[in-house]
Amino acid sequence: MFHHFGTNDFLFLVAAIRWTLALSAIAFIGGGIGGLVVALARTAPLAPLRLAATGYIQLFQGTPLLMQLFLVFFGANMFGGRIDPLIAAAIALTLNAAAFLGEIWRGCIEAIPRGQWEAATALGLRYPAAMRDIVLPQAARIAVAPTVGFLVLLVKSTSLASIIGFVEITRAGQIINNATFQPFLVFSVVAVLYFALCWPLSLLSRHLETRFGTVSR
Amino acid sequence: MSATTGAAGGEPIITLEGVSKRFGSFQALRNINLEVHRGERIVICGPSGSGKSTLIRCINQLEHHQQGRIVFDGREIGPHAHGLDQIRREIGMVFQSFNLFPHLTVLQNCTLAPMKVRSTARAEAEALARRYLERVRIPEQANKYPGQLSGGQQQRVAIARALCMNPKVMLFDEPTSALDPEMVKEVLETMIGLAEDGMTMLCVTHEMGFARSVAHRVIFMDAGEIVEQAPPETFFAHPKSERTRTFLGQILPHG
Repeated sequence: MFHHFGTNDFLFLVAAIRWTLALSAIAFIGGGIGGLVVALARTAPLAPLRLAATGYIQLFQGTPLLMQLFLVFFGANMFGGRIDPLIAAAIALTLNAAAFLGEIWRGCIEAIPRGQWEAATALGLRYPAAMRDIVLPQAARIAVAPTVGFLVLLVKSTSLASIIGFVEITRAGQIINNATFQPFLVFSVVAVLYFALCWPLSLLSRHLETRFGTVSR
Repeated sequence: MSATTGAAGGEPIITLEGVSKRFGSFQALRNINLEVHRGERIVICGPSGSGKSTLIRCINQLEHHQQGRIVFDGREIGPHAHGLDQIRREIGMVFQSFNLFPHLTVLQNCTLAPMKVRSTARAEAEALARRYLERVRIPEQANKYPGQLSGGQQQRVAIARALCMNPKVMLFDEPTSALDPEMVKEVLETMIGLAEDGMTMLCVTHEMGFARSVAHRVIFMDAGEIVEQAPPETFFAHPKSERTRTFLGQILPHG
């Protein structure tokens, strides 16, 4: 009934990496777009926009990602039939990433000295042009390292999608474990696979920090 | 007040009437009345916190006044003025801390606003920028980044950048205060060159030598008020107010 952990099991785990990567990529791209909107709203001159963005950030930072995942998954099931676990996980992770990236990027935007705004304003640039041409390019340089750092967190967060039945590495590990009942070995392999994904990203983040770490050159 | 006008008369380009400005409970400007004529060069001095920077920052509305009227070239300006950005492009400003855009080259610093704000074609904007960089005597730095230049060079780029918008007035907010002493001269010489070309200038500065040689009028401010204004020869030789005398005694070499 049980079999020993073998090559096929290992390959099954390795193959599941693509789903972890796919979910990470979707959430990172979606979260990046959403995060930019949140960061711009959070630093906007209009108070209602700032308020809405602040509320959004606090909502998603103040509740567990797992609850957000459950709410999307079961909520969708409640209102309109079944939802694919990948789609539910993608939506929840995107919304969550948008809040965290929005807050990280808000800090980067606010780190740009006031004098830059003043110089742009004095030259007759309106707010959108000053933001696009002067502030965002400088903020982007500061944002690179913490953004890659967040990507590491995001990759690991995708493991929660296993709970709603999405077969990424962690869920694949559970499946293999059910067949082999060698949890220590199986989840060690799973952990090593996560490490293999995240460690290069951490190194990249540190490298980028030394490269882009300063505001001005 | 006509005695205070040094330049050719005619319609004033800037008029301030009863302008007041508070930061919280701090009264930065009290009932300022001022007329600036075309081609006139005004130096504003005074102790720190006297409101001199706030005064020129109200003219292009980097600070918003709460009372009174500011009229630029026949158009009233205020926080909600229509086309405020259109008025701002007519007013060049040079800051104490340069505020060059560090992610852009010197040339891009100079071409950005003409291209984005005035829709000038790139080739034309670059030709204009090179002409003004020539004029501030650093054409060879066009492709460097601001961080690669000395403070004096950066400030001259900032002047060129402002001139590229072809402004009717130039505002200088302590342009030499952040510079090492050996770089003050090159910036002042650039400003003197501008003055000789007839630019209307308002300069907040403590460079009294500059005031003596180029200003039509020197304004002394204290506690948010214009205490005294006079042509430089009168201002330095016969200051009327006790506060002016005290201030001049502190900043001018004795003898």
